[in-house]
Amino acid sequence: MKRREFITLPAKCLGGLLMYTLAGVPVRINGASGTVRLPLRFFTAHEALIIAAAAERIFPSDESGPGATEAGVAIYIDRQLAGPYGHDKYRYTRGPFVESVPEHGYQGKANPQEIYRDGLQKIGPDFTKLDAEKQNDRLRAIEGTTFFRMLRAHTIEGMFSDPMHGGNANMIGWQLIGYPGPVMSYRDEIDKHYGQAFRSQKPMSLAQVIGHPVKGWEEERN
Amino acid sequence: MERLKPVDVVIVGGGWTGLLMAKEIVHRTPLSVLVLERGGPARQDAATMDELDYLIRLRLMQNIADETVTHRHSITGRAVPVRQYGSFDPGTGVGGAGEHWGGVSNRYRADQFSLLSHLREKYGREVLPGNLTVQDWGITYDELEPYYWRAEQMMGVCGKAGNLRGTIIDGGDPFEAPRSHEFPNPPHKMSYFPTIFRNAAIELGYRPYPIPTATLSQSYRNPDGITRPGCAYCGFCSRYGCMIGAKAQPSNTLLPLLANKKSFRLQTGAWVRRVIHRHGKVEGVSYVDASGQEKVQPANVVMLASWTMNNSRLLLLSNIGEPYDALSGRGTLGKNLTHTVLHQVQLFFDKPLNLFMGTGGLGFAIGEFAGDQVDRDSGILRGSEIRANTNGQGPISAFGRVPPSVEVNWGPEWKKASLNWYDKVGQITCEAAHFAYRENYIDLDPTYTDKLGDPLVRLTLDWTNHEKRQKAYLEKVMNSLGKAMGAQVGKALRAAEDHYSATQYQSTHVQGGAIMGNSPEESVVNPWLQHWRIPNLWVMGGSAFPQNESANPTLTILAITYRAADAFVDRYVSRPGALG
Repeated sequence: MKRREFITLPAKCLGGLLMYTLAGVPVRINGASGTVRLPLRFFTAHEALIIAAAAERIFPSDESGPGATEAGVAIYIDRQLAGPYGHDKYRYTRGPFVESVPEHGYQGKANPQEIYRDGLQKIGPDFTKLDAEKQNDRLRAIEGTTFFRMLRAHTIEGMFSDPMHGGNANMIGWQLIGYPGPVMSYRDEIDKHYGQAFRSQKPMSLAQVIGHPVKGWEEERN
Repeated sequence: MERLKPVDVVIVGGGWTGLLMAKEIVHRTPLSVLVLERGGPARQDAATMDELDYLIRLRLMQNIADETVTHRHSITGRAVPVRQYGSFDPGTGVGGAGEHWGGVSNRYRADQFSLLSHLREKYGREVLPGNLTVQDWGITYDELEPYYWRAEQMMGVCGKAGNLRGTIIDGGDPFEAPRSHEFPNPPHKMSYFPTIFRNAAIELGYRPYPIPTATLSQSYRNPDGITRPGCAYCGFCSRYGCMIGAKAQPSNTLLPLLANKKSFRLQTGAWVRRVIHRHGKVEGVSYVDASGQEKVQPANVVMLASWTMNNSRLLLLSNIGEPYDALSGRGTLGKNLTHTVLHQVQLFFDKPLNLFMGTGGLGFAIGEFAGDQVDRDSGILRGSEIRANTNGQGPISAFGRVPPSVEVNWGPEWKKASLNWYDKVGQITCEAAHFAYRENYIDLDPTYTDKLGDPLVRLTLDWTNHEKRQKAYLEKVMNSLGKAMGAQVGKALRAAEDHYSATQYQSTHVQGGAIMGNSPEESVVNPWLQHWRIPNLWVMGGSAFPQNESANPTLTILAITYRAADAFVDRYVSRPGALG
C-alpha cells in the first residue's frame, strides 16, 4: 500500500481551508498558530515542496502582497491532479496521436499527472535547495513547455479559485485584489459606483454564500 | 437489440429546439412525444457560481472524451482531433447549450435571409469571390417576424425597439428590421463600462442601442404562464446555469410545461446512433442507453434537434442524403459550414470597472459597421455589430491582463503590474458575419471515432481573405472607439490570424451542414425544416443556417423552430407528406 504523504504548512494561512476526509466528509481546518500537516493525494511530500517553490517564483510573496505559498497553491494543484482533470477524464484521448500545427493545441498522449512528473524531473529534485535567482533560471529554461504553461495557469487558479478547491486559503487571493467572491445579487449596485471600486469588507466563499458545503469537480469519484 | 413500444414523434436532443418542438406538439395535438437526450437531467439546483469548475474546466459541456470533432485547414490536409475545447463549447444534458448561453438575443437583419440575391444585386456577380457559397434561406424576414415575436415573448427578451413598424426610434438599433411590437421587457439598468462606450459612440456620431438579452430586467410572466424573476447581475452567466432562473433556459422556460403531460416522455442518457429509414421514410432511431443496452425506438416521425454538428453527423452516419463533395460542389449534406469571426480589443483604464458584476448581454452595441452598412471602400461585403458588455469576469480569467508594455508573464514584475491593472481592463468585441465557402464543410473522419466506435465528424475550415480584411477593418473602428473612450488601447485578441485556430474561443455559434433553402438541389431541409427527400424527418437548429450573421443565433434558431412547429401541427399532422 502506498505510504500516505503529507505537506507541512504554516497554519495561519489556512484559516478558511475546507478539506475532505477520505470518507468525503468536509472538515474545516482552523489552526491559529504553528503548523498543520495536510494529506497529499497525488504528490509526494518532496514533489509538493518543489511545486510550492516553483509556484512561489511565478506568483511570489513580496512587498506587493501575499503569494502562492500563503494561498496554498501546491495543495490546489495536488487536488486537481488527483481528480478527474489530472488523468484526463475530460479530454479526448483516443489515438492515433500525431504532431500537428499550433492551431490544434496540445495533441500529446501524456495527461496532466504525467506532464507534472516529467516537469518535476526537468526542474530538478534539488530545486528547493537553490536560491530564488537560480530557481528563476531553471523555470526560464522551460518557459515554452506544456508543463510550464500548465504550472503558470494552475498557480493563478490556485490563487483565485474558490477555497473549496484547496487554494486561495483564507480567501487570501481574493483579499489581495478586492474580489468579493460569489455574490447572489448586485441588483442595487450594478448601475452605481461608476469609476469607483466596489469592494466588500471581506469576501465570502460559495459555501458561505449558499449556506452549505459545495464539492468541487475534483472530488468526483472515478 | 430490444425493440421498444412505438411513439408518434421521437425527438433527438433535449435542448432549446427539441423541447420547444415537444411543447408545441404536446400542447396542440394528441400525438405522443419522446425526447431522447444523451446527457443527464437538468441541474437547476447546482451551485454553479464557481469560476474554476464552470468557466475554466467547462463542467456544463459535453464530455469531449466521449466524442469530439476533428479539424483540418484544407481538403488536402490531415485532420486531427480537437482534444480539448477551444473555439466552441457544446452543452450537454437537458437544456443543452441553452443552459449555459449568455442570452444575447438580436434579430438578424432583413437582408440576411436573402443574402445571395442581395449581394448579387448590390455588387454584381463578378465582384463576389468565386468560392462564395452563401445562399438565400427560403424564407423572408417578414415571414419570420411573427415567430421572432413569439420567441421573444417566450424568453421575455429585454431591449429597446429601434424600428417599430417602419418608424425609427431613438435609443434603439436604427438598422434593425421593422418590429411589430416593442420588446416584451425594457432594457437593463446599465453598468459603468458600457456607459463609457455609449457616450463615446454618441460623440463619434453613432447610434448605440442596448444589447437585447434573454436575462430579465424585471419579473416577467410569459404567454405560457411561466414566471421568472429579474436578473441579479451576479456575473455568473455565460457558461454557468442561472441559479435564480432570470436567464431564459429550456429547463426553466419549457420543461415546466412538459413535466406533467401524459403524452410526453423524456429519456436521459440515451445516445442516438442512427436514424432508421427504408424506402424514403424514417421508421425510428437506434440508441444506446445509460447502461450500455442497444435499443430501437420506432416512431412515425423523427426530429433531429441535437447541436449543429451532431445533426449532420447523424444524417451522415445513417446514410441519409448525398454527402457534399468540395471538389465537384455536388451533394448538400455537410456543406456551408460556418463559424463566427471574433475580434476583441483590450482597453486599459485608469479607473476600476467592477467587471465581476453583470450578465451575459449587459451592454451597448452599435450597428454602423454591421450587415449591409459597411461601405464599398472597406473591401468587405459584410461587417459586424460592435459591442461593449459586462458579462461578469471572475478573478482567474481577469487577473494578468496587462498592457503590451509589460513583457513578462510571471514573477514579481508581472504580479505587480497585474495587481495594478486588475479590474481596469475592458473589451470591445465584434463577432463578424462568416460567409459560407466551397472549401468549408463537414464530413465523416476516416480515422477517429467516438466512444462507441462511430466516426467523428471532420471539419474542414479556414479563414479566407475576406475574414482577414474584416479583421483589419473592424480593428481600426474598435481602436478609434477605444481612444474616444479615454482608454489605452491594447492588442487585439482572438482575431482571425493566418489560420483558423481550434484553440481560441470564437463562439459556440457553429452553423450549417444541414441547411435550409429553396430547393433540394441546394439544401438539405425545406423552409419548414422538413427533410427534402424524407417527409417524416425534420432537422432543427443552427445546422439549418446557410451562413452566419454577426449576431448570436439562438433567437433565430427558436424563430425558425416555431415556424416549423406551426407547419408540422397545422399542416403535416392532418396530411403527412412533403410540404410545399
